[in-house]
Amino acid sequence: MEKEMYFANEKALRSYKRKRFLSQFLLYSFLVLVAIFILIPFYWMLVTSLKTTAEADLLKPTLFPKYIAWENYIYVFSQVSLFGKYFLNTLFVSICTTTLVVITTVGAAFAFSRLNFKGRDALFAVLLVTMMIPGEMMIITNYMTISVLGWMETYRALIFPFSVSVFYIFFLRQSFKQIPNELYLAAKVDGVGDFKYLFKVMIPIAISSIVTIIILSLMGAWNAYIWPQLVANAGPHRMIANGLMTVFTDDFRTQQNMQLAASTIVTTPLIVFFIAFRKYIMRGVSRSGIKG
Amino acid sequence: MLEDKKDGWKAAIALAPAMIFLVVFMFFPLVNTTIMSFMEGFQFRANAGIFAISHRYQGIGFQEYINVLRDPIFLTALKNTMVMVVISVPISVILGLLVSVCLNNIKRLQNIFQTIFFLPYVTNTIALGMVFKVMFSTNNGLINLIVETFGGDKIAWLTDATTKGYWSALFVITCYTVWSGLAFKILVFLSGLQSIDKQYYEAARIDGASRARVFWKITVPLLSPMIAYITITSFIGAFKAYESVIAVFGRGSYIFGPAGDTNMWITVVGYVYKLLPSLMTPGNLSKASAGSVILLLIILAFTGIQLYVSKKRVHY
Repeated sequence: MEKEMYFANEKALRSYKRKRFLSQFLLYSFLVLVAIFILIPFYWMLVTSLKTTAEADLLKPTLFPKYIAWENYIYVFSQVSLFGKYFLNTLFVSICTTTLVVITTVGAAFAFSRLNFKGRDALFAVLLVTMMIPGEMMIITNYMTISVLGWMETYRALIFPFSVSVFYIFFLRQSFKQIPNELYLAAKVDGVGDFKYLFKVMIPIAISSIVTIIILSLMGAWNAYIWPQLVANAGPHRMIANGLMTVFTDDFRTQQNMQLAASTIVTTPLIVFFIAFRKYIMRGVSRSGIKG
Repeated sequence: MLEDKKDGWKAAIALAPAMIFLVVFMFFPLVNTTIMSFMEGFQFRANAGIFAISHRYQGIGFQEYINVLRDPIFLTALKNTMVMVVISVPISVILGLLVSVCLNNIKRLQNIFQTIFFLPYVTNTIALGMVFKVMFSTNNGLINLIVETFGGDKIAWLTDATTKGYWSALFVITCYTVWSGLAFKILVFLSGLQSIDKQYYEAARIDGASRARVFWKITVPLLSPMIAYITITSFIGAFKAYESVIAVFGRGSYIFGPAGDTNMWITVVGYVYKLLPSLMTPGNLSKASAGSVILLLIILAFTGIQLYVSKKRVHY
């Protein structure tokens, strides 16, 4: 673009360059300020988690620990004996939920995008409308259902209510719809059945969308707080976010360094995961709605 | 020919897994909760069954709605939620838009900035809420260190049960909400900006339009579908505020304020959760249902108004 620009004389060119430099300088300054605003909590989390308790309690907080207390992390695990268990619970629940989510989503997206059946469009419209309804309405009855089924304090209570998501169905249907019709017709001519076509053609083509769904679903379990709080908060089936809250309120009520060491332990896997799958996560989120 | 084919049984197989879960955990609950909200004197007994009508109740009517609307705690929750919506939504939408426009105008480091801005999205709400609590703690917090450096006195951000404490806590909650909500807005705005045809900007430059004029006459109108989408989702998200509040106070799932006033920043969703049964209380499921239906109606009304406004304003 710049190459196509012509200036009447040196002076006009210089003035243009100066203006451009100034505006770029302002843009970068603003972005750096916002980046600092975003990064400060992470910095403070890490720094506080590495302070000794005496240093963390100083009335004039230090900006960097004088002595780096790695032992805080070991202490958190030794004091909260179930912290490792909360991790495993969360991992187990997220893997089970995600497996079911993939099955339900692929099946439904396939039916809505490729099959013809009576009432297809009406059913899909109903599903879209339900995306607007606040989850609290469902939670009240689901709570009754779980308690009547005797599923309180079980993994089942944590897994099954989140085994389907209208948003994921909608998301994958869009990807399936983009597969050219000619492929389907060619497969039909070759005598390939619908389900074989799904597994041999549609899933491989839309695999990146499915990976996005898997990642978002795994992350969802890591962040789940409200539902597990209601149905599985007595101990052995507790999830990581709920465990974290009890770490704050019971185990380390007054020790900020330990609290933030626990926060760091919970946050780090998510950040590593994000950096590894950045592309998939950002693609999925830009089409989604509200977090949580 | 192929488009007219009927594959009812195949559809049944493909849809069955999703439909089983949808019916049990979504369609049925919607109906059941709505019915429950009209049942007066509803008593939940764990062995009575999952249908609301199989439990004991005295009559059908609007009594629970009246009870909710007359409950001073609900009115506090409604006021708090409204205050949060009115303050945090405009701030985060405008800031998100500004950041995205700036990001779109730079070449170097764009990826790094984008990654940094996205980080809050992939964090745990409870974990980072605790970080904000620690940053804003009165005696040894980072924020009060800054306040003192500039000659101010220490502020009791999250521990003051007076009116002053109400607003200082709102400041913390707003900071946290904006901080954690910015990522999604930037992502959507930036992808919208990148899809605007560069020719519009070329034409404006040739005509010698000023930067501000370009922003208001080209960027905003062409981005208006995204602005409308983000505004609606932010409104809905802000109406459902709950975790961010309990996270910054960090004292438990049903504590929405400092020691002197644990309902100080209770939200509508928090109010509904507090009515569910727990080890400590039998709860009040029909009142909770009425509260959740009221929340649905508020969200529908706001979404309706916004769709109406955007129909007039949004340029497609």
